[in-house]
Amino acid sequence: MDTLANLAMGFGIALTPYTLMLAVIGCFVGTIIGALPGLGPSNGVALLIPISFSMGLTAIPALVLLTSVYYGAMYGGRISSILLNIPGDEPAMMTTLDGYPMAKQGFASDALVISGFASFVGAFLATVGLMFLSPMLAQVAFKFGPAEYFALYMLAFCTLGGIGSNNQAKAALAAAIGLGISMIGLDKTTGMPRFTFGEMHLMDGVDFLVAIVGLFAVAEVFHFIETHGKDSAIGVKLGKITVNWAKLWSTRYAMLRGSGIGFVAGILPGAGASLGSFLAYMTEKSSAKDKSTFGKGNPNGVAAPEAGNNAAAGGALIPMLTLGVPGSGTTAVLLALLLTLNITPGPLLFTERPEVVWSLIASLLIANIMLLVMNVPLVKVFVKILSVPSWVLLPGVTMIAFVGIYSLTGSSFDMMLMVAFGVMGWLFRKLDIPTVPVILGILLGNAMEDNMRRAMVLSNGDWTYLFSSPIAIGLWIAAVVGFVAPMFLRGVLKKPPQPSTDGGTTD
Amino acid sequence: MRLTVSALAFSATALLGLTTSAMATECIAPANPGGGWDFTCRQIANIMQETGLSPNMVQVTNMAGAGGGVAYTHVVGQRDTDPNVFIAASSATTTRLAQNAFAGMTADQVRWVGTIGGDPGVIVVAKDSPFQTLADLVEAVKADPSAVAFAGGSAVGGFDHLKVLMLLDRAGFGDARAVKYIGLDGGADAITQTVGGFTQAMTGDISEIQGFIRSGDVRALAVLSDERVTGFDDIPTAKEQGIDLTAMNWRGVYVPKGISDEDYAKWTDTLQKVADSEQWQKVMAENGLAPYTLIGAEFETFVNENIAEITEISKEIGLIQ
Repeated sequence: MDTLANLAMGFGIALTPYTLMLAVIGCFVGTIIGALPGLGPSNGVALLIPISFSMGLTAIPALVLLTSVYYGAMYGGRISSILLNIPGDEPAMMTTLDGYPMAKQGFASDALVISGFASFVGAFLATVGLMFLSPMLAQVAFKFGPAEYFALYMLAFCTLGGIGSNNQAKAALAAAIGLGISMIGLDKTTGMPRFTFGEMHLMDGVDFLVAIVGLFAVAEVFHFIETHGKDSAIGVKLGKITVNWAKLWSTRYAMLRGSGIGFVAGILPGAGASLGSFLAYMTEKSSAKDKSTFGKGNPNGVAAPEAGNNAAAGGALIPMLTLGVPGSGTTAVLLALLLTLNITPGPLLFTERPEVVWSLIASLLIANIMLLVMNVPLVKVFVKILSVPSWVLLPGVTMIAFVGIYSLTGSSFDMMLMVAFGVMGWLFRKLDIPTVPVILGILLGNAMEDNMRRAMVLSNGDWTYLFSSPIAIGLWIAAVVGFVAPMFLRGVLKKPPQPSTDGGTTD
Repeated sequence: MRLTVSALAFSATALLGLTTSAMATECIAPANPGGGWDFTCRQIANIMQETGLSPNMVQVTNMAGAGGGVAYTHVVGQRDTDPNVFIAASSATTTRLAQNAFAGMTADQVRWVGTIGGDPGVIVVAKDSPFQTLADLVEAVKADPSAVAFAGGSAVGGFDHLKVLMLLDRAGFGDARAVKYIGLDGGADAITQTVGGFTQAMTGDISEIQGFIRSGDVRALAVLSDERVTGFDDIPTAKEQGIDLTAMNWRGVYVPKGISDEDYAKWTDTLQKVADSEQWQKVMAENGLAPYTLIGAEFETFVNENIAEITEISKEIGLIQ
């Protein structure tokens, strides 16, 4: 009852014409930012902070504007994933796996509608979770020490074998390359630079956005040039947007499961939306009866990761508000905004500044409904932005990639690096090596290593410390099962049908 | 439609006119929006505008990379004579300079203007910890350094780590290599590890963890400032407990080396006025900063001493040769 009264107060503050207008603007801008490759939610929000200050916004309108942008970007990321095979932001990476094949088969409108609804379900459930469970869930972060985090990342890598490729060895190779790249930079445990060759730009390591834009967008451009546009992602046609209710209804469980997994991943600091959408996708794939349709345009493969990443976006607000620990890059920027507005997130925020918290939650709910409207019936507006002729789009993608990266890091070195990643992505495509594991390696490698080294420091080098808590053991079991089960099951299940899709002649 | 276009064109020319007619003052924050450097830039910029210290708009540029190294190189290499730029700095800047982390650049390649406030260091333990005083903690480390792990918000060799080492050194435990320390991403992150019982103590800046102190999740054993901090009057200083250590994460600025002495004087003067302004007092109170003002020559001496001390400790723990 208390919660509802608080929520009513929140709506009272947030539901003014002025804040509603800001929410509309935020949602619209956010969706565009999300859809443009290279510009993700974190730089979108970061770009808008100075604007909101120069508009002279007070705390609550500023929060409404920026959280609308945040949620909007999480919705928008899927559009270019589905239509261009280029993730608009890093959590939308998993949506390319089934979304783009769907679009190629002529189901682009279905993919957009399903992912739009999935985004709504994920974000809505996460906001409700944020409302009722925040104080309790804040405690979860205290249960995760270095050993538990390491096991969590192990789980992610162990289940990685199957994605994007039918060849586990190639996926493992790609993940190893990603992990190798993540080693570049200052080593946190000794403070020593590694693989930097005296180059100062490498001290911070390789920014994963540089790698994503290079491996996806720039590689796509190379591929387009090489094939003269045949069978390239760029320029998928989109017909009329219709809602296929039957197909939508068939993905309901995928959406619910994806939301649950994404929400939990969001709560854990450092795991974030990318891991949320990844685990949601893997769960869906491993629990499906017919795994072979995944990666070839299975609607569940679109619904689950989209619900997962949007739920993670909501979940990530919990540690940010209750502990001041950002669960993702974007919440780190939002945290900065709160601090500048003289609001210090922490265990006392909910009791000391209830008006801030509840108007934020109310505005999240409002933004969510607006985004559903913008992203399902009105999705064509955004598609128009992306579906220009290829002679415009190709230089456009190139330009967006370069401008996006330059605005992010302000260094020409990173643009060169991005081109290098583009060449790498093009080569990998030739060799049929998936690029998603490379990104995951870069994204999670540092955190994984840091946690393992921290665990070793804490335990004085005793490796059994990694298996010392029930949570850690549970995660390890899941990881081992996740790694072994697919190989085992493949042998059992695949006997009757034809083995041709496996390409198993070489091994 | 045409109206909007011409209106846009008009505002664009108006904007252009503005930027060319007067040289804009610029503050470089050597990190992405949100950190301490960004805060320093934005607050000083606001106060300069509000109090009329700067007639123009003060623009804040974020130039992230290499822990401030990219901005440092940029200023030394390309802005060496620009009198209209100032750069946010903190103890992290001097720490990295001392550890030669800015690709061989040294502190004498810029001019240090001053610090106008500091975030006092603090040592905390979980609320159910057996350690009641700083002495308890120090004794436990002396007895068995492998039994007490510290968490902090900076990497090994960073300021949070150095605080622990300097503290123990002054308390008579000189074996810096034996001290267990894990570096996390920021103070709040380090707190969760301490509250969760994974580490026995935590060091950080008071502003980033004040919520946890007030909520009672953690207990502060000592604050590393000269005097007790307003608002946290029940936390004793390390000095009171017999360990002579002040570790403030100061907030200050530097300017390019090549500017004239008059321009440098103008900067010290401006910064002094910002430090004395009512607005800055209010900002400090709201953000848990303590007064810590050193301007001009006094600050340059402080920077040099600070770097000498950090160099020595860093050599001891093997970070630099």
